[in-house]
Amino acid sequence: MEIKVALVGNPNVGKTSVFNTLTGLNQKVGNYPGITVDRKTGHSKISDTLKATLIDLPGIYSLQPGSKDEEVVLETLFDSSNRYFPDVIVVVAEVENLKRNLLLFTQVKDLGFPTVLAINMADQLPVKGIGIDREILSEKLDTEVVLLSTRTGHGIAELKEAISRFTDAGTKPLLDLTEVDAGYFRSMDYKTWLKRSQGGSPEGAREDGYSEADIKRLQQKETIRRYQLIGEVLKLAYTKDISAATGWQARFDRVLTHRVWGYLIFFAIMLLVFQAIFSWSAIPMDWIDEKFARLSSWVSATLPEGKFTELLAEGVIPGIGGVVIFIPQIAILFMFIALLEESGYMSRVVFLMDKVMRPFGLNGKSVVPLISGVACAIPAIMSARNIENARERLITMLVTPFATCSARIPVYVIIISLVIPEQTVFGFIGLRGLVMTLMYCLGFVAALTGAWLLKKVIMTTAKSYLIIEMPPYRRPLFRNVLNTMVEKTRSFVEGAGKIILALSVILWFLGSHGPAATFGKAEEIVTATFAGKYISEEELQDEVAGYKLRNSYIGLLGSGIEPVFRPLGYDWKVSIAVLTSFAAREVFVGNLATLYNIGSQGEEEVRIVERMARERRPDGTKMFDLATGISLLLFYAFAMQCISTVAIMRRETNSWKWTLIQILFMTGLAYVSSMLAYNLLK
Amino acid sequence: MKLHELKPGQKAVIRHLEMDHLPMKLVEMGCFPGSEVELILKAPLGDPYYLRIDGMPLCIRKDMAMQVHVELLTYGMHGN
Repeated sequence: MEIKVALVGNPNVGKTSVFNTLTGLNQKVGNYPGITVDRKTGHSKISDTLKATLIDLPGIYSLQPGSKDEEVVLETLFDSSNRYFPDVIVVVAEVENLKRNLLLFTQVKDLGFPTVLAINMADQLPVKGIGIDREILSEKLDTEVVLLSTRTGHGIAELKEAISRFTDAGTKPLLDLTEVDAGYFRSMDYKTWLKRSQGGSPEGAREDGYSEADIKRLQQKETIRRYQLIGEVLKLAYTKDISAATGWQARFDRVLTHRVWGYLIFFAIMLLVFQAIFSWSAIPMDWIDEKFARLSSWVSATLPEGKFTELLAEGVIPGIGGVVIFIPQIAILFMFIALLEESGYMSRVVFLMDKVMRPFGLNGKSVVPLISGVACAIPAIMSARNIENARERLITMLVTPFATCSARIPVYVIIISLVIPEQTVFGFIGLRGLVMTLMYCLGFVAALTGAWLLKKVIMTTAKSYLIIEMPPYRRPLFRNVLNTMVEKTRSFVEGAGKIILALSVILWFLGSHGPAATFGKAEEIVTATFAGKYISEEELQDEVAGYKLRNSYIGLLGSGIEPVFRPLGYDWKVSIAVLTSFAAREVFVGNLATLYNIGSQGEEEVRIVERMARERRPDGTKMFDLATGISLLLFYAFAMQCISTVAIMRRETNSWKWTLIQILFMTGLAYVSSMLAYNLLK
Repeated sequence: MKLHELKPGQKAVIRHLEMDHLPMKLVEMGCFPGSEVELILKAPLGDPYYLRIDGMPLCIRKDMAMQVHVELLTYGMHGN
């Protein structure tokens, strides 16, 4: 027999740990159709005869909807035709904040589901001086209660046993709603009431003549009544010895949220993260780069010549390589994000930064997406989901792509080494490194300025607020960190991968095909041009490749688009590289490499830098001078050049309007600032 | 007095919430009349506030704290 088990619980109770422990790596992340919050499912063997599909629902505090996360949970629990409608619900709680955790438990129970209450972090009971009487709790709450610890593995077997007894579970509501308001709830069950309080219109409940304020008053009364019930139960079943030491937690807080040390430590950690993303990933990235280059040349040398081999060697393999090469950076970044969140530090950052972010129309919680955006805007935009205020969430998502993502790195590196001399300032700071740092700062300044402008434009009536829990500091669980890394990296590869792959195939096709009259006769035409001149076979081949490119479909497109980019100082080749970057920034270097007739294998960046440095304009001046270089840097800093980000924005905002506004705003800013910079520096 | 007037380390009992401007989430987090509240510390820029409500940690902004009426507990009377 197979049943469906949903995991529900507050954030920070270790719900995902319980899920990971039950399912092992036997899980997958998907999306709810039409909605935007990740859903995780996995499989677990509960007993010899019972298998279960586990559904990990987003962490919430209450069934009353407040943010996107609650809506997802409600949607799953309300609709019995839903594919994930559970047979039994495990409500995960933890020993310290049991009272708050139980509010959600009583709500879930009152929906009529068989429930199991799983109290996590039981290994902390003696340390925190907490005593829990499982028997009394079980009797008073009319449910199976399991004390467990995902850290030690204790209690997992008991949890499975409790789940397997789900058919015996009592399903009577804990709260008699008529105690809240005898008249109003005379003939209304909890489910109907939840729908009514959401503003929904279940059978005839709409015409009760109650205003929104009346409903809110009832909700408040109901919640307090629930807390009273919980308080009565806990008085019998829960003891806490306050002399138990939690002093180091308080000392940690005093340092980490200190007016000087707090910010210094935060910036030091950020610096460490950026540093690690660069230096730790360098070796695996070089390795991947080399392997893919080798694979590519191996394929073209081994397979029989022809269109298919070309497509494979020049389109598909470099395309996949362009995705895979970012895996080390993404994995390292998510390792840090997971560590910061698991340890409880992220909440302190939100606490520190809230006041700083507010003048910009942002929220303390916006810090998380903005930091994650340094790796990749895609997961960063998704991490804005827990911001309750719709305007703050929207602004956060709109400005997050300004953060300097890892795809900009190759572009910056090559342009900086072209136009910025290798000097030191103040005797010890490398000028090139300094410019790189400035580019990162520019990203954040653009994000904050953009947010400030958007705040003036986007009107709202909803009040902005911040209510967050401050979870205790905890030693991160290795398994959870690993899980986050694997899961996020996989969704990056699958999501961005498909698009980059498709695009690289299209680019390859457009670049290697052209009109028959010119492209098709390239060799004859070029050979005729150089007839009688001394030219080596190799140089002739380069000239043919160059001619072919100019006359390929992409070349013709480039000449067509060149007038648009001429005010920014770009010729047709740079224009193509910029244009193709609108799918993904990181293709810039590879495309320039192709455009300048050199193979992009091996020491790509050194060779392309030399080649680019030699490139001249028709008037004999250098193509990549300071003016063009700065113009390119600014363009890549500001323009919305990432199809995957556009796709994720569309999905998360559920609006083409804001997606288009973002593209136009960012790209417009890029165009104007690049044009200004070019013309001022020229 | 109101919640934002507490000094770090002081404890009080919540007497009344001006619910017109406060979200339900505050109540759901355990903040309602009768709950005991302690101000742990304020963020470096004076806002938000780090509280403990019936022993459970919570962080809210000053503007919200200004709508929560409390009664200060004298030291020694309520140790826990």
